[in-house]
Amino acid sequence: MTAVGRRIGRLEDGRLLRGLGHFVDDVNRTGQLWMRVLRAPLAHARIESIDAEAVLALPGVEAILTGKDLEGVPPIPVRTATENQLDEFLQQVLARERVRYVGEPVAVVVAEDPYLAEDAAELIEVEYEALPVALEARTAIEADAPQLRDEVGNEAATLSMGYGDIDEAFRRAARVVEAEVKIGRHSAVPLETRGLVAEYDRGSDHLTIWGSTKVPHFNRRVLSRLMDMPLSRISMKKSDAGGGFGVRGEFYPEDFLVPYLARETGRPVKWIEDRQEHLVATNHSREQTHRLQAAFDDEHRLLGLRDEVWHDNGAYIRTHGVIVADLTLAMLPGPYRVPAYEGMAHVALTNKTPCGTFRGPGRYESTFAREHLLDVAAAELGVSRLELRRINLLEPSEIPLARGLSTLSTDVILDAGDYGGLLEKALLQSGFQDWEKEVLRLRDEGRLVGTGIGYFLEKSGLGPYEEAAVEVDPTGTVRVLTGGASLGQGIETVLAQIAADQLEVPPEEIEVVHTDTDLLPDGVGSWASRSTVVGGSAVMLAAKATAEKALRVAAEMLEASVDDLRLGASRVEVVGSPDRYVSLGKIAAACDPQRSVAMGVEPGLGARRTFSVEHMTYPYGVHLAQVEIDPETGGVQVVRYFVAYEVGRAVNPTLVEGQLIGGAAQGIGGALLEEFRYDTSGQPLASTFIDYLEPTAAEVPRVGTLICEDAPSPDNPLGVKGAGEGGVVGCGAAIASAVEDALKIPGEISSLPITPDRVHTLARRKTEAGE
Amino acid sequence: MKDVHAVKLTVNGRLHQVEIESRRTLADVLRHDLGYTGTHLGCEHGICGACTVLLDGLPVRACLIFGVQADGCEVETVEGLESEGKLNPLQEAFSAHHGLQCGFCTPGFLMLATAFLRENADPTEEEIREAMSSNLCRCTGYQGIIEAVRAAAGNGERPDAVVEVAAETSEDRSIEGASPLRDAGDHEQ
Repeated sequence: MTAVGRRIGRLEDGRLLRGLGHFVDDVNRTGQLWMRVLRAPLAHARIESIDAEAVLALPGVEAILTGKDLEGVPPIPVRTATENQLDEFLQQVLARERVRYVGEPVAVVVAEDPYLAEDAAELIEVEYEALPVALEARTAIEADAPQLRDEVGNEAATLSMGYGDIDEAFRRAARVVEAEVKIGRHSAVPLETRGLVAEYDRGSDHLTIWGSTKVPHFNRRVLSRLMDMPLSRISMKKSDAGGGFGVRGEFYPEDFLVPYLARETGRPVKWIEDRQEHLVATNHSREQTHRLQAAFDDEHRLLGLRDEVWHDNGAYIRTHGVIVADLTLAMLPGPYRVPAYEGMAHVALTNKTPCGTFRGPGRYESTFAREHLLDVAAAELGVSRLELRRINLLEPSEIPLARGLSTLSTDVILDAGDYGGLLEKALLQSGFQDWEKEVLRLRDEGRLVGTGIGYFLEKSGLGPYEEAAVEVDPTGTVRVLTGGASLGQGIETVLAQIAADQLEVPPEEIEVVHTDTDLLPDGVGSWASRSTVVGGSAVMLAAKATAEKALRVAAEMLEASVDDLRLGASRVEVVGSPDRYVSLGKIAAACDPQRSVAMGVEPGLGARRTFSVEHMTYPYGVHLAQVEIDPETGGVQVVRYFVAYEVGRAVNPTLVEGQLIGGAAQGIGGALLEEFRYDTSGQPLASTFIDYLEPTAAEVPRVGTLICEDAPSPDNPLGVKGAGEGGVVGCGAAIASAVEDALKIPGEISSLPITPDRVHTLARRKTEAGE
Repeated sequence: MKDVHAVKLTVNGRLHQVEIESRRTLADVLRHDLGYTGTHLGCEHGICGACTVLLDGLPVRACLIFGVQADGCEVETVEGLESEGKLNPLQEAFSAHHGLQCGFCTPGFLMLATAFLRENADPTEEEIREAMSSNLCRCTGYQGIIEAVRAAAGNGERPDAVVEVAAETSEDRSIEGASPLRDAGDHEQ
């Protein structure tokens, strides 16, 4: 029985359920110091003076750093570069002269004990001269706005892309529909905050780091440059990670400060972010305003689409550069037939926490914007929401389709799909007709109930490559090394399943090692829903090569022809003579260096392989929601939720469902609850879990799922498409649509999150209008 | 001047004595002084519940209890749930129903559910949702957690916490390459 496609239990669960995981705060090194960051209390200010002398004299305080001590250190570079020149807008590891958001690191202390480090940081005296603040993207880029930097302005980049004759499309239009859409600032906010432990060995000038994830190999290269150390003297070691969703594992100021202080002090240094820090220091995301226009012919067919986007990126350009805005524009046309398109995005800098990616970056935003526009259009054109989508979804015969757009340095080529087919399947499987009947019945009882739909196109499996190695040791233990990283998504299980099928070894017996730069010195990491697609394909190639080698060596050992041998149950046996076999362990033992030379093979049973891919693969799906509104409070309860998703091939359907359901919960949070708000001086108003509301089991309904495997990707040997982000992407669109339906105000919910006060106002207006 | 107090507490049936500052939280005592790192800190202000442990049988946020308050108390943590190296029915159910992904919130949910099921052996789904809504999970969307608690309840085996931590779990390595903790099993449906 093949392992791929089976719902096997996760290999990670045994240790995690026992409390035996190794999260970064579980790492402790002898003689370790604790780091505490002093952060800016003002959104925009000049640093007049910093006085830390008295604090440094306190017993137990080992070192203090300020921006002045690090003047030779370059700013943190962009990981996902585009052609935009962004050097002026990058963040220094500690503020120099000026702070630009509440939470910006100003100084760091290391001390013997975390309580002491926190006390000491509070005693550092900093004098500031407050400066005026820019807090809203659209006004921040105007000439008379308060400037975050001298001379360069607040618009870090202006992106534009498109194809077709857009002016002609609008000239020919029978009807033009417009909408303005806002997406609130929210983010991943995983349950484990960030953290890092670094140990420096002066004798060998070697750094060892725990807590890096997502892109450990990239971060190692950045650190090598910022600390001026040879790459080979920096080792990243694996740890478990308490959720990532885009924000964890990017290179932040602390990713320099912790190892730097370990080298400076000669003692291990540990830093664990607290939750209040996390909510102002770790990447925010999503905040955008869109102004959209769609041109339709007289049969409700789209002729053209225009969008102008104001993207609030906070105070600095971080490691993601401008890719969230880039992805927003590239993915805006989505799964529809759009003959002409013009998109423009202003990446604005404001005195707020810098932004990066959060699960489904650019797609959560653009899906909501586009689907909202279609809901507005449906109402104005007098056609049902579903019918308008059916008319405009691309037909299978039109795919593959080169969009004439590019993002993340790849051309957007929709690889395989039956978008309309998936919609019909989803409606059937979810019982959507029954939902609508129920809505009619409940409305007769006077209740505010409605349904909504959000169709989305996803992208996944970004290259350019991934590394993998398979090793079998003489006890027969199979180890898979991957350039991917664990963020808690189940990568160990999935990669073990893929290797298992090539090696005929039960997946439960395969160990998967990630984030170890000594064992596997290169890798691209786990982001962009690429681990199963690109990482999995690399594992498949390495395991296949290992199996071929096992057969070849076994042929020598059994004095048989390779053609007469087969793999089975952790061994190689002669076909037809099952008592003639050698175990994988024995084959591995035979691959010792001396015998390998004699056999003319490389030593060791194993192989290292690279899988390269030029284009991304494009999953797609639909979200369906049913909501009920409490007219008294304006609260929105999601009553039913359904996600249908085309994944090409599900390596482990249970884990794919887990991704979809968990993603939907986050999307519901972003649609209804979560928002980083600021007051007029730029003080954050959501810096605890009392104000930043993650959904609980009381807000997330049972989420139904349909995994489709109808359109395997032609671009990788597994046929898979990424599963990590589709659960979140359609939520804003589906829920807003359902709230509009419940209140019978099509096109009026144009802003997320849909908070009770806004709903209450709309509901009351509706009641007063005599509905 | 540090104000240090001698505190005696029992963790999973084992007696410990520590000398701690009065401001030190029970979570830090468990994690950093006694090595029970299965108890996780997600917010340190009492909202997320990742640090939930049982104090004299009742679920508490270990980040909101000072270590000195636990003097003379019995504490149960996630490390006490397994028995002779085997997962208990509740832990098994979490794996079987995909009630965890990153595993960071999991110890808190396991302890919360342990206390909940001791009080209510046959809860409805609504009661489970209500009880589980005291903790946050960012990965699963809660569905697997709710199903796991219901399945564990339906099992009729109340997951009484085990008091001794099993010291060794790896006595049997008869199969080539099998990991001693790979007992999540096959959940083919």
